[in-house]
Amino acid sequence: MRVLVQEALFDAGAELNAFAKGDTDIGAVVSFTGVTRDVSGGLSRMLIEHYPGMTERALTQICEEAQTRWSLADVLVIHRFGTMEPGDNIMMVATASRHRADAFAAAEFLMDYLKSRAPFWKKEITADGSEWVAAKDSDEDALDRWS
Amino acid sequence: MIDVLYFAWVRERIGIPKEKLETTATTVMDLVEELRAREERYALAFSDLSALRVAVDQDLSDFDAPLSGAREVAFFPPMTGG
Repeated sequence: MRVLVQEALFDAGAELNAFAKGDTDIGAVVSFTGVTRDVSGGLSRMLIEHYPGMTERALTQICEEAQTRWSLADVLVIHRFGTMEPGDNIMMVATASRHRADAFAAAEFLMDYLKSRAPFWKKEITADGSEWVAAKDSDEDALDRWS
Repeated sequence: MIDVLYFAWVRERIGIPKEKLETTATTVMDLVEELRAREERYALAFSDLSALRVAVDQDLSDFDAPLSGAREVAFFPPMTGG
C-alpha cells in the first residue's frame, strides 16, 4: 500500500507502470485519474487545501478498509494539494487483485470515500473571483451503497 | 491548552488557520459555544453547524463528542476531495 499527498505534479502513466510490478499473482489492475476540469469555461486555476497529518491518516484508513473488504495485492493513492491548472492531474487511485471484480469494486470504494472523507477542499479561481466548491449530496449518498 | 484549527471558508471567515486556546469545554459543542461568544466573526463562522464538520485529534467526530484529553480540534466545511 502506498499513500502519497504531494504538491508536485505526477505522471499517472509512469505510476501505473510501476504499480504492483513483479507480482505475478496479479491478474487485474484498475486505475482512476482525477483531472482538473474547467466546469464554467472560465477557470484559471484550482486551489486545493488540505489538513496535513489528518489527510495521510484518513487516506491510509480508507485504503486499509478497502483491503479488509476485498482481496487486494496492492493499493495506491496519490492526491495533490496546492495550485492546479486546468487539465492537470489532481489525484489517482490504483488497485491490483487476482481477479478484476475486486480491483474494480475497491477502486470505486476508494473514490467514493476519498471524495467526502479525506480532508481536502477545492477552491475555483476564475476571472470573476474565487469560490469554494460545495460538497454534493450525491457524493454523500454514494457512501450508502458500501454500508 | 488545545489546538484549534480552521480550514477552507471557516479559516477565511475567522481569519486565522490555527490558535491555542485555554478552555473548560468538555464537549465539542461547549467549545463551539465558547468560540461563538468570543467575537462576531466566530459567531458568523459557527452560525450553521449543519454546514460544518469537526475532527478531534485528526479523526472525524461529532459536535456532541467529548473533548477529554483531546489535543487538537479542527473545524471545516464538508470535504471535496477526489
